[in-house]
Amino acid sequence: MDDMRIVERQLDQQELKIKADNVQVYYGTSHAIKDVSVEIEDKTVTAFIGPSGCGKSTFLRCLNRMNDTIDICRVEGQILLDGENIYDKKVDPVQLRAKVGMVFQKPNPFPKSIYDNVAYGPRIHGLAKNKAELDEIVEKSLRRGAIWDEVKDRLDAPGTGLSGGQQQRLCIARAVATEPEVLLMDEPCSALDPIATAQVEELIDELRSNYSVVIVTHSMQQAARVSQKTAFFHLGNLVEFGETGQIFTNPVDSRTESYITGRIG
Amino acid sequence: MADISASPEGLPGAKSSLYAQSDRTRRRNAAETRFKYYGMGAVAIGVIALVCLLTSILSNGLSSFQQTFLRVEIFLDPAVVDPQGNRDPEEMAKVFTFGYQPLIKGSLEAQAQELAAGPAPEITPQLLAGMVSSAAPADLRDFVLANPDRVGETVEFNFLANARIDQYLKGRVTRESAALDSRVDVAQLNAADELVAIGQMQKRFNWDFIFGPDASENRPEAAGIGVALIGSAYMMLIVLVIAVPIGVGASIYLEEFAKKNWLTDIIEVNISNLAAVPSIVFGILGLAVFINFMHLPISSPLVGGLVLTLMTLPTIIIATRAALKSIPPSIRDAALGVGASKMQAVFHHVLPLAMPGILTGTIIGLAQALGETAPLLLIGMVAFVREYPDSILDPAVGLPVQVYNFTNRADPAFVERASGAIIVLLVFLVIMNLVAIILRRRFERRW
Repeated sequence: MDDMRIVERQLDQQELKIKADNVQVYYGTSHAIKDVSVEIEDKTVTAFIGPSGCGKSTFLRCLNRMNDTIDICRVEGQILLDGENIYDKKVDPVQLRAKVGMVFQKPNPFPKSIYDNVAYGPRIHGLAKNKAELDEIVEKSLRRGAIWDEVKDRLDAPGTGLSGGQQQRLCIARAVATEPEVLLMDEPCSALDPIATAQVEELIDELRSNYSVVIVTHSMQQAARVSQKTAFFHLGNLVEFGETGQIFTNPVDSRTESYITGRIG
Repeated sequence: MADISASPEGLPGAKSSLYAQSDRTRRRNAAETRFKYYGMGAVAIGVIALVCLLTSILSNGLSSFQQTFLRVEIFLDPAVVDPQGNRDPEEMAKVFTFGYQPLIKGSLEAQAQELAAGPAPEITPQLLAGMVSSAAPADLRDFVLANPDRVGETVEFNFLANARIDQYLKGRVTRESAALDSRVDVAQLNAADELVAIGQMQKRFNWDFIFGPDASENRPEAAGIGVALIGSAYMMLIVLVIAVPIGVGASIYLEEFAKKNWLTDIIEVNISNLAAVPSIVFGILGLAVFINFMHLPISSPLVGGLVLTLMTLPTIIIATRAALKSIPPSIRDAALGVGASKMQAVFHHVLPLAMPGILTGTIIGLAQALGETAPLLLIGMVAFVREYPDSILDPAVGLPVQVYNFTNRADPAFVERASGAIIVLLVFLVIMNLVAIILRRRFERRW
């Protein structure tokens, strides 16, 4: 990760993974997301930045229909995953969420053993035929979560007994265990200290080789460090979307400039 | 700033010492101390009330677990108990309880003469006969029918002593009250003292009080709470089997699945209101629906259990919903995030975590149902029942109703029996609460 040279960062053109078209989100009568269209590429880290309450988390939760759990929330427009509208009537959100995994702001491991935390997803989706295969999936996921070496001797220990950074990496391992195609991260480092944050950021960069990663973050430095594409949200609008280097060095919109230079937000 | 200028020594600019308390601080501390004393006073009043209650119940009721017995030797005369001489229980059952009376009378006479000649000169056959419970012939007959092979032997028996004698030895009947009592006279009391002195009459633990059936005022010494125990056990079983699945199911649906709209709002308000409805209203409902409309048998534990189920449901639903609400939403998010369906999220993660709360609520609901009296009065479970119920359709009573029955009767023996039944009821309630605490400890997990 060459933090300082974001301008010169390699930008391979990747395939389109998610395409959002004129998405509107309403909470009751309030219009939370206004007319957002965005294209998210495969094997790329896309960062959503913006001040608190700008709708970036809401939009993220639209991408795997986690907003369905909120009764008053209504989504209009369409979001295509590999060309299929995820808000189509025929789509079962459960199937969608197996493809689009999510990591939350606060580490939220199940109050079960480390092994069961990771094995839960594969178990309910029937990804393993037997114990040996499940063991393999758990090990692979924990390795991808960059936490295997720390927990391999205590897989039976409760997941809630780990430190905050370890818990978050366990949650990432849990999310990748179901072999998702897209990984959504809602401020994954906001509850972590700088060392744990660095570990998770490093992990996100590695995950890019397999997944399309969408990360919401409050920290502009983090967005600059880990992402290839950046979207700036303000008051429910998508103000600017482009290559990270361009957004941070040469923003087109004056609001983006004000935000990244610290004048608003 | 206003505070500082208002404090007396805090003249603007003047420095105050930390060692000296300002007036304001002193007033605040005094208010806090006063409040602490109010709290201690409230707790003390509560504890005193509890202690008074327990002392009164225990001092009245503990004696009911002991009963006075009179030792008598009886020759089981084959000519009386088995007139056909073939030891066939069916033939022997044809001799009614009444037929055993001469047998007991004869034995008591012989015993009285023996005692009068030896250690207790004041005993006469009449006195002795008056001291034995009228339940004795029935006890003797039960024994003979259960052990036909012992006919022809002389068997030592412990017959229940008359309730007045028993109460005299326990201190509730005195010589003054006996002088005014037609059922006992002072000579019998003297004789009882003598019999106790030579060990012929003694107090023993009375299992029949706990497991025996009720008895009338003619022989209160034989009254027990066995039928009530079985009736209450049946009703608890019915409540457990019906109320828990319905209550927990309804709560899970309302809390996790139902859309929040005006309909669920109305349901929610009504459940809370139902929890506050007087229990006798449920009794009337049970009478109208289960007995008058559905024609279920009156006085049966089935109807009682159904009524108590209706009464317990709101408690269980409210407790379960509170338990489900207390589970952090992050657990649901986590489960949904890895692609669990809503039902999987609830049953794999939310429900196990809410289990301690649900169990506690359920057991509290059950305990409430166990102690409920009023609705049972209305569905006819207040009757005098001597037969053990064989099924949930047979007439029975509940423990609290048995207490009510006992207190309705005049004989002093029933005073201690009412308190004794309360002790048994309290023991069950304490056991249930202990189970709730143990289960909660067991299932409690942190996250």
